[in-house]
Amino acid sequence: MFTEEKKNSQIFQDSNHLSPTNELEVSELIKEAYKKKLPIDIHGSNSKKFIGYNVQAAKSLDLSSLSGVIEYLPEELYIKVKPGTLIKDIENILEKNNQELSFEPTDFGYLNDGKSNKGTAGGCVSCNFAGSRRFKVGSVRDFILGFRGVNGKGDIIKSGGTVVKNVTGYDLSKLVSGSFGTLVALTEVTLKISAKKPSQNTIIIYEKDPKTISDLFNMVLSSSNEISGAVFVPDEPKSKKFTPNKSKAFKLNDLDQEGAFFAIRIEGDQNSIKERIKDISNEMSLKKYKTSNLDIYQSDLFWKSINSLQLFSETKNNLLRAVVPPSKSEKMINFLKNKYRYFIDWSGSLFWIEVPGDENIKELKNIIIQNDGYVTIIKKSEDFEFNEKLFTVDDIKLMISKKIKESFDPRGLFNPGKMYKDF
Amino acid sequence: MSEIALPKVDKTIVSKKDLIVNNLKQFTDKKNVLSELDEIRPYETDALAAYKNLPLAVVLPENTQEVSEILKFCHKENIKVIPRGAGTGLSGGALPLNDAILLGLGKFNKILDIDFDNKCVVTQPGVTNLSITHAVKHKGYYYAPDPSSQLACSIGGNVAENSGGVHSLKYGTTTNNILGVEMVMMDGTICRIGGKTLDQEGYDLLGLICGSEGLLGVITEVTVKILKNPQTVKAALIGFPTIEDGGNCVTDIISNGITPAGMEIMDKALIDATEKFVHAGYPMDAEVLMIVELDGTKSEVEELFKQIKQIAEKNKSNSFKLSKNEKERLGFWSGRKAAFPACGAMAPDYYCMDGTIPRGKLSEILKEISRLSKKYNLGVANGFHAGDGNLHPLILFDGSNKEELRRTEEFGAEILKACVRMGGALSGEHGIGIEKRELMCEAFNDNDIQQQINIKMSLDEKNLLNPGKVYPILRKCAEEGRVHVHRGEEKFPDLPRF
Repeated sequence: MFTEEKKNSQIFQDSNHLSPTNELEVSELIKEAYKKKLPIDIHGSNSKKFIGYNVQAAKSLDLSSLSGVIEYLPEELYIKVKPGTLIKDIENILEKNNQELSFEPTDFGYLNDGKSNKGTAGGCVSCNFAGSRRFKVGSVRDFILGFRGVNGKGDIIKSGGTVVKNVTGYDLSKLVSGSFGTLVALTEVTLKISAKKPSQNTIIIYEKDPKTISDLFNMVLSSSNEISGAVFVPDEPKSKKFTPNKSKAFKLNDLDQEGAFFAIRIEGDQNSIKERIKDISNEMSLKKYKTSNLDIYQSDLFWKSINSLQLFSETKNNLLRAVVPPSKSEKMINFLKNKYRYFIDWSGSLFWIEVPGDENIKELKNIIIQNDGYVTIIKKSEDFEFNEKLFTVDDIKLMISKKIKESFDPRGLFNPGKMYKDF
Repeated sequence: MSEIALPKVDKTIVSKKDLIVNNLKQFTDKKNVLSELDEIRPYETDALAAYKNLPLAVVLPENTQEVSEILKFCHKENIKVIPRGAGTGLSGGALPLNDAILLGLGKFNKILDIDFDNKCVVTQPGVTNLSITHAVKHKGYYYAPDPSSQLACSIGGNVAENSGGVHSLKYGTTTNNILGVEMVMMDGTICRIGGKTLDQEGYDLLGLICGSEGLLGVITEVTVKILKNPQTVKAALIGFPTIEDGGNCVTDIISNGITPAGMEIMDKALIDATEKFVHAGYPMDAEVLMIVELDGTKSEVEELFKQIKQIAEKNKSNSFKLSKNEKERLGFWSGRKAAFPACGAMAPDYYCMDGTIPRGKLSEILKEISRLSKKYNLGVANGFHAGDGNLHPLILFDGSNKEELRRTEEFGAEILKACVRMGGALSGEHGIGIEKRELMCEAFNDNDIQQQINIKMSLDEKNLLNPGKVYPILRKCAEEGRVHVHRGEEKFPDLPRF
């Protein structure tokens, strides 16, 4: 053990790019950093690196080499993986047993270079961005059963386990999700998995009136037909500040590219889907609208496009992610008008909004907050003003967060300044 | 067994009782501060009635500002505070201390906002779990987590314990069903976490608070999600000749991609006990009985029950009965829900355990419990929320026999240790409280526990809020007691426990 420690101390000294391959190495490298008070930039495959402030750190701790499935028990509905395991690989493994990560991890790859890149399990957990099923099944944080990791002193810690019901101490799995690597360097995560529904279908409703859209969202949330996705995609703005993308992002035979549309997804066995479509048509009076239907293949492509933000592919503008209570969707649509390119997910709650780089985002941020929402600046344009807060946080929550940060990472070494400027 | 190490009593605080009581009367109406023995006696225990301890005084504030001022005062004066909801907790989380103020949230009993547009209800913490469903059912909605004590347990307590229920497999526990809380920290700071939006930005403080057993803050408001009632709900009773067959069937149902709304298992001892007690019509030739409930659209439920029947037959089921109507469905559940009182009728005392295991270990743990039953020469009846691996063995014993009591304690601790060994957890839904505190080191090492304590100390640096709970005081794996019910004198005997 002594030799190992010495070896890792030497590695720490010699290299600024640390790439441990096991938990003990992670622990020892962090112990070195703790001793020397050196900040560390913790990351996986960097698929979401542009989110948050740039980290100024002497050392980079790359967890992408710490990868692989530790345990996969389909019948127990969990998969335990090392943090560097690619989400794409996990999904391929699950697919063989008709299982999936039903929270639909958001794919940020298209934003970067027009190609899919869902990043790693550790990154997915650390950022907590869930896709279209969120309002029905929960977010990433609802699917983390447990983890192992290393805190800012180099101590190996664990929380949770592999079972769904677990009230043994604080639920640190939740705390770690969405913490952007500022609390723990993950070394193992256990994800709850779900059976994949045998089929799916999407109803497209061609409509753009804000009140009607808001009513449709409300009807989706009030329905007992287990609708697992509801989005609104408005017309693209005519401004030259946006590169037209909509027809490419949603190029499907049965989707009319012209104009705005509302889409709802129904998943299950085919009989159940038929039965529910009939019921939904009645409860939402769909005869009033022009509609079309996406079969299983087109439906699958459509929701992949939504959950990989293909509408904003390779954008150089700012991209904001806002969440408001669903009843505020009408007000938001009225404000956004045709000024920005956006779409609404989570049945009226989640707004992805592209704002031209030279435009001030303050007014938009204020509107979101006035509507009881919060906003995250996901991608920043070259003109972005860096004194702008990237995450919404009030003073009390910031104070509590700072204390919690100190309890994990007393010397503030993990991703300093990534989320908040103070720590 | 009712001896347990508690934090050292601060005699200076006790000696200042009159002064403290008078001070508390500045922050709330005088009638809300109780200090006479006959007034505070009802608060000496929660539903883990084996442990009793009197608080210094009881204070029942009426609004958040009062809670804040009381906590600020206690923080300044170094007075410990024990928060309490309805007192239905089974792990002793609300056990008072002699030098502590018991802060009862019973007067926070109003629903503040029913927001059908945002599918949520904003409520004070003292409102009972079931009242939320009652408040929204006229429009076809309900609140999903359904702990067995839902008639009496408060939503604030549910947040503190992350309560589950029989439908957790499909709908999750409290943590998956709340959107926000208002909370007062030990120093009196009032904070709002979340609101009516899904998720929150930054650290998931809501996730941290949920299940924190009253150690991090006092919940003064909760926003819960409400769901639309499913179109169809049906249940089936399935009997099996052996434990293995029943256990394998549970695993096969899940492996086939079916997620039941509820899936319960009862062993022979519990079938016999409940059938004698409520005559639910359970098959008496079954060694293991499964209740499976599905919800969804009519055709989906019918199709999935066809599949479940085939899976059950493959696993040698010897009976299969599908509910024909709502009355029959409720009848199927009546026996399961009467499990606790039925055991109360079988022996002078029983201990209720609460642990979780991976579903696939069901027959293994049942065999282990059976082995331990023989080893300790004590009867046991087993009820499981099998879908999510949460088990509630009920150990039958006579508490007046001290030697038998000791054996019962050892038996209980061995079951929980076996759960942890098999990859499960010490508690599925009752929490750790004082009951399983010293067993925490079975599941966690010193680093794990220290990290949790560091979080506690970062938010409550003087360790004044609910001290002595959850984390080991002794830091050794002492074998502590579980829910002890003597001659049916259970706290809240009317509540079905399952």
